[in-house]
Amino acid sequence: MTKTFSIGGIHPDKHKITSQTPIIDAGLPEYVYIPLKQHAGAPAKILVKKGDKVKVGTLLANADGVISSDIHSSVSGEVVKIDDVQDALGYDEQMIVIKVEGDEFEPSIDQSADIVKDITFSSEEIIQKIREAGIVGMGGAGFPTPVKTTIPEEKKVDYLIVNGIECEPWLTADDRLMVEHAEEIVIGAKILNKIFGIQNAIIAIDENKPEAIEVVRNVTRRYVGVNVRVCKTKYPQGGEKQLVTAITGREVPSGKLPIDAGCIVQNAGTVFAIYEAVMKNKPLFERIVTVSGDECAKPQNFKVRVGTPASFLIEKCGGLPDETAEVIFGGPMMGQTIINLQAPITKLTSGLLLLSEKETHRPDMMDCIRCGKCVDACPIGLRPFLIGICVRNNMIDELKNIHAMDCIECGSCAYICPARIPLLDFCKLGKIEIRKKQKGK
Amino acid sequence: MDIIVSDIIALGVIAFLSAIVLYFVSQKFKVEENPKIDEIEQILPGANCGACGKAGCRNFSEACVKADAESFKNLYCPVGGAATMKKVADVLGFDAAVKEETVAVLKCNGTCQNAPAKISYDAPVSCRLANLISVGQSGCPNGCLRQGDCVKACPFGALSINPETGIPQVDENKCTSCGACVKMCPRGLFEIRPKGKNGQRVYVACSNKQKGAVARKNCKVACIGCMKCTKICEQIKVENNLSYIPTTVSAQEFGAELVKNCPTGAIVMTGAEKEKIHD
Amino acid sequence: MLKVATAPHMFSPVDTQRLMRDVIIAMLPAAILAVVFFGLNALVVILSSIAACVMWEYLFVRYLLKQKSTINNYSAMITGMLLAFNLPATMPVWMILVGSFMAIVVAKMAFGGLGKNIFNPALVGRVFLFISFPVQMTMWMKPNWHDFLNADVQTAATTLGILKHLDASSSATSLTHEVEAIHDIPSYWQMFIGYTGGSLGEVSALALLLGGAYLLYRRVITWHVPFYYLATMFVLTSIMWLFTDDVRYEPLTHLLSGGLMLGAIFMATDYTTSPMSIKGKIIFAIGCGLLTFIIRFYSAYPEGVSFAILIMNAFVPLIDKYYYPRVYGTGSK
Repeated sequence: MTKTFSIGGIHPDKHKITSQTPIIDAGLPEYVYIPLKQHAGAPAKILVKKGDKVKVGTLLANADGVISSDIHSSVSGEVVKIDDVQDALGYDEQMIVIKVEGDEFEPSIDQSADIVKDITFSSEEIIQKIREAGIVGMGGAGFPTPVKTTIPEEKKVDYLIVNGIECEPWLTADDRLMVEHAEEIVIGAKILNKIFGIQNAIIAIDENKPEAIEVVRNVTRRYVGVNVRVCKTKYPQGGEKQLVTAITGREVPSGKLPIDAGCIVQNAGTVFAIYEAVMKNKPLFERIVTVSGDECAKPQNFKVRVGTPASFLIEKCGGLPDETAEVIFGGPMMGQTIINLQAPITKLTSGLLLLSEKETHRPDMMDCIRCGKCVDACPIGLRPFLIGICVRNNMIDELKNIHAMDCIECGSCAYICPARIPLLDFCKLGKIEIRKKQKGK
Repeated sequence: MDIIVSDIIALGVIAFLSAIVLYFVSQKFKVEENPKIDEIEQILPGANCGACGKAGCRNFSEACVKADAESFKNLYCPVGGAATMKKVADVLGFDAAVKEETVAVLKCNGTCQNAPAKISYDAPVSCRLANLISVGQSGCPNGCLRQGDCVKACPFGALSINPETGIPQVDENKCTSCGACVKMCPRGLFEIRPKGKNGQRVYVACSNKQKGAVARKNCKVACIGCMKCTKICEQIKVENNLSYIPTTVSAQEFGAELVKNCPTGAIVMTGAEKEKIHD
Repeated sequence: MLKVATAPHMFSPVDTQRLMRDVIIAMLPAAILAVVFFGLNALVVILSSIAACVMWEYLFVRYLLKQKSTINNYSAMITGMLLAFNLPATMPVWMILVGSFMAIVVAKMAFGGLGKNIFNPALVGRVFLFISFPVQMTMWMKPNWHDFLNADVQTAATTLGILKHLDASSSATSLTHEVEAIHDIPSYWQMFIGYTGGSLGEVSALALLLGGAYLLYRRVITWHVPFYYLATMFVLTSIMWLFTDDVRYEPLTHLLSGGLMLGAIFMATDYTTSPMSIKGKIIFAIGCGLLTFIIRFYSAYPEGVSFAILIMNAFVPLIDKYYYPRVYGTGSK
């Protein structure tokens, strides 16, 4: 039986044109730009200086505090600059610029293609290895994984959910990863099982990835404690809260984390990175990126070194046509438009989309006709139209009462609104105002 | 006919009884209030802007009535200004606090001409949103976003987007320096400064903290942190490649020289022409 | 020049225009059948009602509000069409002008236009005409599909009118009268395809159900309001019928006659004047059903759909205030 979350959800066009395209290595650019903040929390502290020679996997900066993450070099070469460089949005951000010379790995990294199956480490050792590899949640939020896997004593994990949903249109990075590296992901799930001392890992995949379902299911037959659960295709099925509800029927309490419902949700890409970190000693310095979009001449799934400029990938896919209206990091529902094409791919970039004006045209706003489609679509059960009204009339206290802070910013309301009211923007504004007010007090 | 008469009588009796009930109820639940609160509230501008630090004009009036001669000096309505405070003080029999008149200034001169747009913006008109999704049309990470959130926030209609420059302008006569724009601007570009003698004031119309060369690439009139102004007046400090002229720097004394010597034109002086009219 | 935009970067193809266009398409079968059955008169009523509504809206927006015309969102057209559906074929054009003025200017634009009106504009127009011109509004033409040019107009009673008449005559103990009246009740088949007297759009259950199916298929409406409205009516009349064995309560007749189908499928599902949440919609629909039942059997009027929906319209803000989805993760409500 296929599962899904009960409230809300939408069905945007899938556009998964790269789901049959194998992952290929993007190759090495001339320079890589490695930002010091590729995760939620404090930026990492720099350990290298200008002129240093680094290898692939060399630690460049280490975590500053608990909620932070280590950053490793993704290439071998020389550090040429540590300075403010424009990020994707045009803001200045401190980055380490490395000139690529050759491709020499740190000797500790196991580069063989063999699959290591025996988990001989204790759970503390595993968490330590995850910390040293600088692994963060690769779904987009970038929460440091060692923090997420360290469970407070009073809490208990009942389920480990591996998120293989990838509900954003166009993106196929996780899909291809599951097809090509199913065994590694399953072993990664077993590693996490070991940390939490459970035998209850569930790999959630949605219906529109039949190949991934088939491959992963065949692998899980050979392993105990890891199962595949097929979910209905619905946006935003890949949201943590929605996935917890779909798989377990439980709800994450308002303002809390999935762990409060006894669940840990990890993105499939993160689980793969955990496998590589623990079994192959490989820090997180590369990831799978889908380059696609209706303006993209040759859509591809790439294995990309962190820090590779977006323009390098765009060139590999046939360049940027003049008609391109938006270049997006991430998916079309939650991603951000970028204005600086030299901006680097980070640990969190799952996709790079080139979209035309036709695809992204934002029609003029009309009057609300009270159709209630936003209410039906909201996966959190909010009333986006009301949030919009409150924001426009500056009713901040009322906004709090209608749980505006619980919005997961999935964009379902703005997608579905027939009057084209930018409801998601109103929700974001509302959250800004609520935070402002709380700070003011 | 009888029916009409009896109806009138019946309704009259009901009305009379209701009136009596209402009278007693209103007497019983009457809240004793100092009549001065109402009196002061009448004097206040009634914008409920919160610039005085109280929730609204009513709360401010209550605070005034509660205050003694000493603590009254801490209460000030920036909107009504000295004139209003004088009247309030008269009601209470206190001395009015004397404060300099202030006005909001925009610390950015990134007009469409000085800092041309490099990208098109296709999202709802809101600076707070624009600030989230990009550096802004001009490319300056600290500059005006030109979406006019401050205009909407201003309760007195003192702000408007100049259609030619694309950035907001302050109507000095309407501005009451309530500070709503200071709170609203996501980049903190507004500052409340003293109006100055004859409306003359000198300030740095830039908030860019980037290095000079980077800043100039996006905007012709950016402050590049060249330190020239610090040599003219030592009160001026340059921090993070950005000069700040304290409000204590006299515009009459240094203004003209500062403007003349600023290589990019980031330092702006107002009221120079006004002075001529007055003289 | 690249564009910066806020998420989401794609939008559903369904916009207000398309929703409104779908509603118009859904009303076409009923409109066509009305013209076939009632001939040229029906065509005149429908066209003049649409034209009048669009005209009032245009004039109001352009010359009173001095804003960009809003007629291109088709909502005035829908109001015009619905108003025509609620009128008899013999309605004089000038009365239609008055009715559409009430509908568009008073009931809709005075409240702020599309999306802000409390009452269904077409129903306000109809009720206004019904109260102002009761004679013209209850002169029902006998359908005759051979006679397009309306050469020979005959009047007929509506099914509900006959039932109400039964009610009145039974107290007069005129048994023969009652028997004759029962003979006048059209067959289920006639009522289903709409070959009876009545307002233009309400006669044919078949055409309305077709339209409703189209709206459901295009996801313009959900099934809740029509289903619960009709079900409430059916259950209530069934109970009365079983207990009293009175022909007046015959449930199928009630479902197929009068404006019930039209009201349940097109009027009570109007976005603006119905609740937003599913729970609210169900309560709204049951309320409509209950009120329709009460008005049909316990008031002077034979038909109560318009009044029932208008009364429930007034409760919509209240329903919306108390019935909305439970917010995820906040425990059971």
